[in-house]
Amino acid sequence: MFRKLTLTAMTALALSAGAAVAETEVEIHDFDFPFEGPFGSYDTMQLQRGLKIYTEVCAACHGLTRVSFRTLADETGPALPEDQMRAYAENFEVFDAALADGAGDYRPAAPADYYPASSLANAPDLSLMAKSRAGFHGPYGTGISQFINGMGGAEYIASLMAGYEEEPECAAAMETPMEGYYNVAFANGGFPDACKDEHGHHTVPGSWIAMPQPLYGEDVDFDDEHENSLESESQDVAAFLMWTAEPKMTARKQAGLTGVIFLSVLSVLLYLTNKRIWAPHKKKVKH
Amino acid sequence: MAGIPHDHYEPKSGGEKWLHKRLPIVGLLYDAMFIPTPKNLNWMWIWGIVLVFTLILQIATGVALVMHYTPHVDMAFASVEHIMRDVNGGHMIRYFHANGASLFFVAVYLHIFRSLFYGSYKAPREVTWIIGMLMYLLMMGTAFMGYVLPWGQMSFHGTAVITGLFGAIPFIGESIQTWLLGASAVGQPALNRFFSLHYLMPFILLGLTIVHIWAFHTTGNNNPTGVEVRRTSKEDAEKDTLPFWPYFVIKDLFALAVILAVFMAIVGFMPNYLGHPDNYVPANPLVTPSHIVPEWYFLPFYAILRAFTADVWAVQLVNWVSFGIIDAKFFGVLAMFGAIAVMALAPWLDTSSVRSGRFRPTFKWWFSLLCVDFVVLAWVGAQPAEFPYDWISLIAAAYWFAYFLIILPLLGVMEKPLAIPATIEEDFNAHYAPTGGTTTIVNPAE
Repeated sequence: MFRKLTLTAMTALALSAGAAVAETEVEIHDFDFPFEGPFGSYDTMQLQRGLKIYTEVCAACHGLTRVSFRTLADETGPALPEDQMRAYAENFEVFDAALADGAGDYRPAAPADYYPASSLANAPDLSLMAKSRAGFHGPYGTGISQFINGMGGAEYIASLMAGYEEEPECAAAMETPMEGYYNVAFANGGFPDACKDEHGHHTVPGSWIAMPQPLYGEDVDFDDEHENSLESESQDVAAFLMWTAEPKMTARKQAGLTGVIFLSVLSVLLYLTNKRIWAPHKKKVKH
Repeated sequence: MAGIPHDHYEPKSGGEKWLHKRLPIVGLLYDAMFIPTPKNLNWMWIWGIVLVFTLILQIATGVALVMHYTPHVDMAFASVEHIMRDVNGGHMIRYFHANGASLFFVAVYLHIFRSLFYGSYKAPREVTWIIGMLMYLLMMGTAFMGYVLPWGQMSFHGTAVITGLFGAIPFIGESIQTWLLGASAVGQPALNRFFSLHYLMPFILLGLTIVHIWAFHTTGNNNPTGVEVRRTSKEDAEKDTLPFWPYFVIKDLFALAVILAVFMAIVGFMPNYLGHPDNYVPANPLVTPSHIVPEWYFLPFYAILRAFTADVWAVQLVNWVSFGIIDAKFFGVLAMFGAIAVMALAPWLDTSSVRSGRFRPTFKWWFSLLCVDFVVLAWVGAQPAEFPYDWISLIAAAYWFAYFLIILPLLGVMEKPLAIPATIEEDFNAHYAPTGGTTTIVNPAE
């Protein structure tokens, strides 16, 4: 039914619609992130690298308004030392309505403040991006693999970062070029009729996204001289955004594990109790 | 007094006698805890306890969530994120509450289908059944309104779709929709009243739970044979039953612990599995999600709603007969509510003199098909409304109605049931050796 939508409408959808439009094929790769699976947890160093990439590249356009600076010092998060976290916060300016006798003014951010909002109207906030995008859901689309592979949002972000490609021939030959940039992992962008076959099916994966390619590899230098290839950077920033979307994941998995163990032991005890109290009434018939 | 003959509470000490004369509450609780229960109940009789537990879990976590939630269009989404990030244990409380709704519906569907198989809805338990159906409707309303509160994209556009169903009612539909929303569109008035009702309705549900239990404590539990407990004397009744405590409490708690272990694994390891990614995007009236799907537990009835499109001949016929008043949209709405209504009427549509499906050889097959039908409806409800899904949903929806309106009435007349055991005791002793009264078997290990 969305096949009939015009390209402009599709581009408008691109900014916030999550589910893939049925006929758009996207190339989402399955990465082995350390936070996947019931025992997975965030890799502190990876989150710190992702934080650096976000700060030096993404933050130019995108906000992170749900994340407070103090949480950057969380042990299960990027775990910045207290003084580093404070110094980092001061790099950002936040609006404080209490300043200038109630008129409000900007001041350097304190740990309790949140990241400022996006400076561009059409650049979405990234705080929850990893949870608001459907990503890799297993080979058969069953979704069951969430238990082992995570919910896929990080896969989506990493694939998107590395998904920019040369325009396919069908589009390059068009008289009016497509608006935006061709990305094989992006589902909800504009798509030219020239790249559809006679049945309206797409002949190339992905669609055209409004955001120019943000990462090319070697965009950021790490103090420990960690690899900064495009693939590595994409995964690092995706991991960081998974943390901003689900900062309590480690605590949640620990609570889950404790709960499962506790309830399993309780189940065994109740099973034995039940067997015992029913025993006088349930002597099996010998056939 | 009605009910299965059994020992009643006798106040012993002076204090107990004093209270009993003024308020016989201890006696009430005693009778409820020690109620004679058919001793042949199987594992499908555990869902009631699971439902009571889940209701309490939802109320407890819900009360905690309300302490941090703000029902305002500009702040609701942010307050939920505040719960997820800043409130102590808030992320667990919210994930418990969100997944608790799913646990609730898993349990209620198994509870309902158990009743449908073992004929628990049949006389004299019609009132228990009708109250149960009311509770199910109330549950759906509560769950729907709860899903609106985070004020994400699915919350917003789901509300628009569901309240739009009422808009399909001829002549007065639009007024009803406006009345429900408190405005002509989804916005602050809708959020506020849904918040209010989402808090109120669970307590009505709690009240109905007590009435539901009261009703079947009067008639006695049904059981897998469908044979009633003998009420001729206390001795006879005791041969068919065992007291609720400890036999069934411990059994039910064991089942509950196993179910909660699975529930805990879902909450701990994949809490967003049953949710929709779009609801992590703040509500935006200007952008409609490409795919509006209800939560999984609404899907079977959502499929019935969508099954009857304008090109179905039955819809065209009704449209013509009603001079166009009943269009395809309204027909779909009627079908959806009708699907629950025909289920509620099961006690009067089922003509069989035999209660339990265990002794109805033909019924078993039709019932199995109904279970499959329900799963198919749930699956097709999440598929796009196009070929072949439109045909599948139409056939599946038609079977749902055929089961209740044609098969149940006809089977009772046409089917030849199997021999039914005379008593519960007889059935029980066919599986387990008689114990010879109340003397306990000596355990050789001790």
